[in-house]
Amino acid sequence: MNGIFKWINDRFPFREMAREHLTEYYAPKNFNIWYIFGSLALVVLAIQIVSGIFLLIHYQPNDKSAFDSIQTIMYDVNWGWLLRYAHTTGASMFFIVIYLHMLRGLMYGSFKAPRELLWMIGFAIYLVLMAEAYLGYVLPYGDMSYWGAKVITSIIEAIPFVGDWLTSLVRGGFGIGTETLNRFMAYHVVLVPLILIALVVAHVLALHQVGSNNPDGIEIKAHRGPDGRPLDGIPFHPYYTVKDVFGMGVFLVLFCAVMFYAPTFNSLFIEHANYTPANPLKTPPDITPAWYLSPFYAMLRSVPDKLGGIVVLAVAVVLPFFLPWLDRNPVKSIRYRPVYFAMVVVLGIAVIILGWIGMEPATPALLLPGRICLGLYLLFFLSLPVVSRIEPTRNVPERVTS
Amino acid sequence: MRIAALVVLSFSALLYAAAGTAAEDDGVKLLKPHFEFNSETLLRGAKLFASRCLGCHNLKYLRYNRVADDLGMTKDEVEWMLMTPRGAEYNKGMISNLDTDDAANWFGTAPPDLTLEARYRGRDWIYTYLKSFYLDPDQPLGWNNHLFPKVAMPNILAPLSGARDAQGNILEKGSMTPQQYDQAVADLTAWLQYASDPSILQRKKLGPWVIGFLVIFSLLAYLLKRAYWRDIH
Repeated sequence: MNGIFKWINDRFPFREMAREHLTEYYAPKNFNIWYIFGSLALVVLAIQIVSGIFLLIHYQPNDKSAFDSIQTIMYDVNWGWLLRYAHTTGASMFFIVIYLHMLRGLMYGSFKAPRELLWMIGFAIYLVLMAEAYLGYVLPYGDMSYWGAKVITSIIEAIPFVGDWLTSLVRGGFGIGTETLNRFMAYHVVLVPLILIALVVAHVLALHQVGSNNPDGIEIKAHRGPDGRPLDGIPFHPYYTVKDVFGMGVFLVLFCAVMFYAPTFNSLFIEHANYTPANPLKTPPDITPAWYLSPFYAMLRSVPDKLGGIVVLAVAVVLPFFLPWLDRNPVKSIRYRPVYFAMVVVLGIAVIILGWIGMEPATPALLLPGRICLGLYLLFFLSLPVVSRIEPTRNVPERVTS
Repeated sequence: MRIAALVVLSFSALLYAAAGTAAEDDGVKLLKPHFEFNSETLLRGAKLFASRCLGCHNLKYLRYNRVADDLGMTKDEVEWMLMTPRGAEYNKGMISNLDTDDAANWFGTAPPDLTLEARYRGRDWIYTYLKSFYLDPDQPLGWNNHLFPKVAMPNILAPLSGARDAQGNILEKGSMTPQQYDQAVADLTAWLQYASDPSILQRKKLGPWVIGFLVIFSLLAYLLKRAYWRDIH
């Protein structure tokens, strides 16, 4: 056995990689529950890829048979229901995990130097994931798939001069149909997952280059022992691998509880309105996106002008990329920044309300709350350069607290 | 930290509450059917469906042999009790003999396939709908519905339920008492819920084992974690 390992290691840096990323990658010892979601995102990614491969075997990207092929999976394919529910539950779980992971980064200042690029890659993953989820949502070709495809691709029409041309390029024609499903499947199954996996690898490499942040937001590398190891660091393997395996177990209990007992999750994870085949002749009364996209949809609807809405949306999506430079305070963690803490809470509430508004029918009564929340969202980023310079901070400890 | 955790918790709670089927539909309050979800209920619902609904409505994704497996019936029982349409095939979906073009001419619209109706409309909607018919001489077929105004479907269950006017006064008694009718419609609703996702039977059977395994796994993983972390302070 050792002979085989030696033979491989002479030809492939297996041992060096394991050392660099597992046994000699030192992570702070004071991680709390917020630090589980990165690993869980990898678990969900694996679930999505495996279940997705099996779904692809039975799916037919054709406007006549797409909806029926999904039902074939649900009614006739052995364990097809399990695969599909794993995929639909996984899609929503992906966003739950990612949103919590991002909130963690905001809370403990994990986006700040030297982790700016790590944050930007991570935020790019989130945007790519939204595209992936949206493309996958269209494939079953239920009524909401169809109208969702139509409404979202029509956003492109607002682009001056090339809008119409670009829209029909994306749709594969003037309307939504087989051509749309063909290309959406190619994007959903090949293009976007490849980008996603490449970004995830880059995210992990960037993390291991700079080292993990921790709830105190201080650098463990500042205090090293005589052997050069960070005093407050412990090897990722075995300490965090065993901890994450436990976390994964708990997560899978929740995952399976949804999958076996509430797969549609009260129409949140699989919308009831999508349980009828696409009908191009009849616009449904309310077209609302899946829950994980609804905050941005609410922002879009808050602006009366189509192009204006898209500009606001673009700003809202691009602003978080600049967060590492908008925040000027050297203190990272909300534990020692009471004002910033309050700002994060307000941001969280604003996004939640936007998410709720985005799923409701568009009524004038919700316009003002939507605009206020959009304002609060933008204000978080735009006020940060000033607030972070003048906000009071508490004393940051030298070493991590447990 | 706790506040942030609270924010996250309220996040899921809010979203969960915001979604889902509305308890009201066009001002009509949805009623909840009472049934025990077991094979006896489903079989009663299936028989009622086969005798009263399958004349016009399909369950095209649901195959007879699947029903036989799920409800523990023999092929003969299924043929005798459920395969009412002429030329029905045991290995095929439940398809009515009604020609959709004819139906569209007669009723103004073809009767929809009902396989996914319980998912699309919701269980309570179906139950309420079947209890909301009233006689309305202004309608082409003489029937109207509080929940689904001007629906093309006549009250096919009128021989069982009797006939009411818009105010709910009984104009003609049916063969069932109101309690019996409620039970029959609840059975039918349970059947359509099963039809919209037959995996529900497998899910409920398998769920405790999978989750039980994962709980034990997590427990062992926790003990392992604790053993490893003993020397970390």
